[in-house]
Amino acid sequence: MTVAGFLSQLLQLAIALLLAPLLVGWVNKCRAWLSNKTAPSILLPYRMIRKLFGKDAVVADNASPIFRLTPYIVFGAMCCAAAIVPSLATDLPFAQAADAIALVGLFALARVFMALAAMDIGTSFGSLGARREMFVGFLAEPALLMVLFTASLISGSTSLPTIVDTLAHRDLAIYPSIAFAGVAFTMVSLAENARVPVDNPATHLELTMIHEAMLLEYSARHLALLEWAAALKLFNYSCIGLALFFPFGIVVSGTDWLALLGAAPALIAKLLVGGFALALIETLSAKMRIFRAPEFLGTAFMLAVLAMLVNLLLGA
Amino acid sequence: MSVLPLYAQLINLLAAVLLLLAFAMLAQRRVLSLIDLFAAQGFALSCSTAIVAYGTHQPHLYFSAGLTLVLKVALLPWLLHRLIRKLDVKWDVEGLINVPTTMIIGLILVIFAFNLAVPISELASTVTRSTLGIAMAIVMLSFLMMITRRKAIPQVVGFLSMENGLFFAATSATYGMPMVVELGIALDVLVGMLILGVFFFQIREQFDSLDLKHMERLKESE
Repeated sequence: MTVAGFLSQLLQLAIALLLAPLLVGWVNKCRAWLSNKTAPSILLPYRMIRKLFGKDAVVADNASPIFRLTPYIVFGAMCCAAAIVPSLATDLPFAQAADAIALVGLFALARVFMALAAMDIGTSFGSLGARREMFVGFLAEPALLMVLFTASLISGSTSLPTIVDTLAHRDLAIYPSIAFAGVAFTMVSLAENARVPVDNPATHLELTMIHEAMLLEYSARHLALLEWAAALKLFNYSCIGLALFFPFGIVVSGTDWLALLGAAPALIAKLLVGGFALALIETLSAKMRIFRAPEFLGTAFMLAVLAMLVNLLLGA
Repeated sequence: MSVLPLYAQLINLLAAVLLLLAFAMLAQRRVLSLIDLFAAQGFALSCSTAIVAYGTHQPHLYFSAGLTLVLKVALLPWLLHRLIRKLDVKWDVEGLINVPTTMIIGLILVIFAFNLAVPISELASTVTRSTLGIAMAIVMLSFLMMITRRKAIPQVVGFLSMENGLFFAATSATYGMPMVVELGIALDVLVGMLILGVFFFQIREQFDSLDLKHMERLKESE
């Protein structure tokens, strides 16, 4: 690993950390516009995080060390994931340490600790949220793995940079398998990021919340880290989706600074469009009953498996 | 990896769409949407036949494409819609097995069909031979739909969609059957549909419902 490679890796991590709250702000802005409300500032998530970092943390008396450690573990897992996912360049020195399956494992690690911490205090909301989160997670994970397997089958490798390189540099043609996998991935991302058809990120209604129910006991810097981690998760999922299904503009060499300069506007433009599309989906769909989630995610799993089968059969 | 010509890519895409529609029909709860999906399947089939005709210069396939369009996109859905209006049966379809389980069984069937088709498609010499597996999968999924549905109309839609699958198999394996056979099958399907329509009325007259579990009893009164 060269110094330049290390710098490029750091740069991409810093970009992920900085852009993630901005992406959440942009999605919230679009949601407000689409539902005819006055939009909050796009910088609101930043201010929120700064405000929370300035406060004193309140922790319940019966909290175990797991409760205190979880924000750091979740945030760390999301940072690791951000270091693996190619956003600007595919030449990531750190990405050799972990492949697509390890990436899913990182997300699972964060989820398990979130659920443990939510149950730790012993409030009913926490365990309710944890139970629902695991319920959604165990359905979403196989579908996500299948999507990544489809991409791996095409490129013959489970390493994300290799996959993205292959997808970005093959002949322009119609690939039904990629279309299926793309739809499946969108559905999984909606479920994993607690977005509308499965969960509503803006709600605090006890009957429907999943992600928010797990955060209820957290305050100050812990909450700030968890909010930031949630934003990073959304950013990571967006980057995986963009890298797999719209891999245009990603450069191969991470040390070619001029090329990186060109890749950054491409990434931002794609994220703007992607964020708007997410807000559009959220505005157009209604939240499902929680017991409809198996059907929703079952469809995602089916689409992902079909993508793999179609790819095997048609080679396209 | 060599790139296929554009028409072959389009056929592959439509084959994938047909498979997706077969799954959508399997999962669909409402009768009216089921019929719309059937019409969409017919439309995709007709498009793919027309593309095969264009790509392989087989003018007689244009006729089958047109026939499919008239029969399966316009006439049969219209007949079914009329039947539903007359019988006043817009209920939700209750399957014997719940939707996610049906989907998983469907996926297993698709894997089975794909494996079954591999040796056959190696024998065929057409550009579209790789879609044979999808055609067989559609036939099997329609079978599954007929098995898992209780009411008469979804079963008939399953039967018609099976015919779509067979037609697609014929197009992909051998560039279609001779014209006479195709016309015969089209007529068969149409007449079959009409007879089944009469049956629906008879079944409802006898049992006050289109639920076929009433027909499992052999004696009139027990």
